[in-house]
Amino acid sequence: MLDALRFITCGSVDDGKSTLIGRLLYESKQIFEDHYQELEKASGKYGTQGKELDLALLVDGLQAEREQGITIDVAYRFFSTENRKFIVADTPGHEQYTRNMATGASTADLAVLLIDARKGLLTQTKRHSRIVSMLGVRHIVVAVNKMDMIGWDEAAFNAIVTDIRALVENFGFASVQAIPMSALTGDNVAFHCEQTPWYTGPSLLEYLESVDVSKPEAIQPFRMPVQYVNRPNSEFRGYCGCVASGSINVGDSIRVVPGGAEAKVKSVVIWQGEQPTANTGDAVTITLDREVDVSRGQVLSSVDDPIEISDQFEASVLCLSEHHLVPGRPYLIKLHTAQVGVTISNIKFKLDINQGSHLAASTLELNDIGEVTLYTNLPVAFESYKQCKTLGAFILIDRMTNETVAAGMINFALRRASNVHWQSVEINKAARATLKSQKPACIWFTGLSGSGKSTIANLLEKRLFVAGQHTYLLDGDNVRHGLNRDLGFTEADRVENIRRVAEVAKLMVDAGLIVIVSFISPFRAEREYARSLFQEGEFVEVFVDTPLTECEARDVKGLYAKARQGKIANFTGLSSPYERPDSPEIQLNTLNCSPDQCVQTILSEVIKQQ
Amino acid sequence: MRSKQSQLEAQSIEIIREAVATSSNPVMMYSVGKDSSVMLHLARKAFWPAPPPFPLLHVDTTWKFREMIAFRDLMAKESGMELRVHINLAAQEEGISPFVHGSERYTDRMKTEGLKQALDSGGYDLIFGGARRDEEKSRAKERIFSFRAPGHRWDPKAQRPELWNLYNTRINTGETIRVFPLSNWTEADIWQYIASENIPIVPLYFAAERPVVKRGDKWIMVDDERFPLNAGESPEMRLVRFRTLGCYPLTAAQESNADTLEKIIEETLAASSSEREGRLIDHDGAGSMERKKQEGYF
Repeated sequence: MLDALRFITCGSVDDGKSTLIGRLLYESKQIFEDHYQELEKASGKYGTQGKELDLALLVDGLQAEREQGITIDVAYRFFSTENRKFIVADTPGHEQYTRNMATGASTADLAVLLIDARKGLLTQTKRHSRIVSMLGVRHIVVAVNKMDMIGWDEAAFNAIVTDIRALVENFGFASVQAIPMSALTGDNVAFHCEQTPWYTGPSLLEYLESVDVSKPEAIQPFRMPVQYVNRPNSEFRGYCGCVASGSINVGDSIRVVPGGAEAKVKSVVIWQGEQPTANTGDAVTITLDREVDVSRGQVLSSVDDPIEISDQFEASVLCLSEHHLVPGRPYLIKLHTAQVGVTISNIKFKLDINQGSHLAASTLELNDIGEVTLYTNLPVAFESYKQCKTLGAFILIDRMTNETVAAGMINFALRRASNVHWQSVEINKAARATLKSQKPACIWFTGLSGSGKSTIANLLEKRLFVAGQHTYLLDGDNVRHGLNRDLGFTEADRVENIRRVAEVAKLMVDAGLIVIVSFISPFRAEREYARSLFQEGEFVEVFVDTPLTECEARDVKGLYAKARQGKIANFTGLSSPYERPDSPEIQLNTLNCSPDQCVQTILSEVIKQQ
Repeated sequence: MRSKQSQLEAQSIEIIREAVATSSNPVMMYSVGKDSSVMLHLARKAFWPAPPPFPLLHVDTTWKFREMIAFRDLMAKESGMELRVHINLAAQEEGISPFVHGSERYTDRMKTEGLKQALDSGGYDLIFGGARRDEEKSRAKERIFSFRAPGHRWDPKAQRPELWNLYNTRINTGETIRVFPLSNWTEADIWQYIASENIPIVPLYFAAERPVVKRGDKWIMVDDERFPLNAGESPEMRLVRFRTLGCYPLTAAQESNADTLEKIIEETLAASSSEREGRLIDHDGAGSMERKKQEGYF
């Protein structure tokens, strides 16, 4: 028996994906009697095929799917013939559920791309073939479905095949097999259709049973990302993981990357015993001949051909979230077993799904595909996705909501982190601070326009100055006239605005100063990013909590009036959101407090920190 | 070429390790059935030579087969793991019984409610379950790492994308993750693995003479004196086995002479009905499993 084949069905809405899987299950006799009886009942209730069985109902397992007659989420089904076992993922065709389609495609060896013979190539057909190719699926079957509806017209079939071949010409598929069929009647799915004497190829099931999806075996260097350190007692310390590529023998040397420590493999531990070798795909526990520092996220790697590390990458990403991807915003990246902070520094382009052309973009929205550059806050071990899927695939996670916002694939590193060193400096922050007899800090004001940030910040600086402290005030309006004058008020620009200011504040704190930052800084993620740049206790978030109605009533600069007249776009509080801090160090209520009292509150908190 | 079995095994071990490495208070649901036996075996493999670094949790409905309880205690001892047993005491005091209150209400109280109590009082952030995608069509839709909102609610329309083997395990307070290491196993895979690894299972899976009575078209075993026999009715001895195990009043036996693993595998491969057919609770109306799952059932 051949290995198990994992494949997906994809294509546009109503092209017959679920029906096809139902048909495959039915023809391979994988439908149990009780499920069949349920199907008969459900077909009467929800079916779209009149009195006939609606095979799609075998896979559309969610109540909402059955009621609406659509597929929302990916379903995994299992069937086998005498020749092969199959895991098939039925994926949704609607654009809004593309992320569920990508979920199914990421682990597939082959994709069955359905096309409605009456409609030809649709936008979703193009989107899905592009995603499938981007995710490295190497084989596709073009299933031209509903051929019975057009009288098994050979010319129409050939026209669609010509179109699809032109589309996927540069997608790098190893094989493309086109089959005319009807999932509804089963023709050319499991048996040969009498209406298509002009088609001499295999039926779908015959093809799936025999297609060879194995990759040409090249000798790959050993890599195993460490998943878990097993230390039940002081006697035993094992590094658990799945071998991503290559193999290793007991006695071979390995290098721990990042880090660079080297050791020899003492044993490869498996259940109740040991084995001499660990091969690609094995889930093992490796022990080493000496104590080295190894933790989750590092990669055990061959010494002769060690894995590279970097902190800057060019990658292809697919946006999975309704909250678009914004350059400069801090995310987490999960790459094999490593998880570190990351920002998108630049969106190189967004892909036009229809034309395949490159568009300029400042953000990526749900279901957009684009190419970006990424900066991680620590170097990580990696391979390109093309070289090794396991070591080149990643997801991006929103730090606040924990939502998976993107899936991506590393194309290449922009530089090797090993070549870049921090300039080490002899005079450090502590030395500079001592000279000034103060503890450097960043006091970060956030709040709506007109809430009183600048007034309080100014007063605070005066008090500190009088007390002989060395300070600097960074004010939103002033910085926008210089350092950030190239930035507007879109979400992407606001994120970049705050990122720059946070970095400047960090340098100033490093210089030993007490920095007062007075910015609306409406987004929680950016404030958290700013916080992450500083040491524990250095960052004091001051939330000037003045209600919107009060700010608008004050309207010192007349901005609210203008915004209400529609003269200012993206105005915080009105047409752009303000995300309240969850737990600021200081929260000021300016309705009951004078600016003087507010400054007192801050000073006593800052003194406490000193 | 790796066999399908060794691929499945490696994938499940990877899932179990990933779950433990990224959670702070994991627990494994142990239902004593064949799937639980395989899951426990894989967990022991994943952390050998240490015992798995989490406890086993059994939600005891007090209506389990007696042989299951004996087997449960034996396996906890053998694996060196802590066994935590939870019973919904309030429901027990009310005398909730599948015979009196019907399968739906009984399951709600003793299983779903009992489970939520056990999970809340343990404060677990990650819970392993032995469900497989081939069992039922709403399970076929569930992720391997299945995110639950506070209150254990599952929203099938808003599942996290789950690409490759990259599981997003980050949660906020009150949220939990259920992890299903056997997602991609089929019933046949389970039996073949039990045979090739010599995994101990409850003897009820093997055919033997057992006392049963007919209820509707199903054979129900009379496991203890709480079984309400009809007037003049007495259990008859029949050669039966169980394809799936749960609460004895709700689990139908099937007539079979499969008394070895080889015969069970043969019977499984030739089966014309699904294994959950013997589970009476799955038939409580359309979409019943999906609804139970949304409310927190496994």
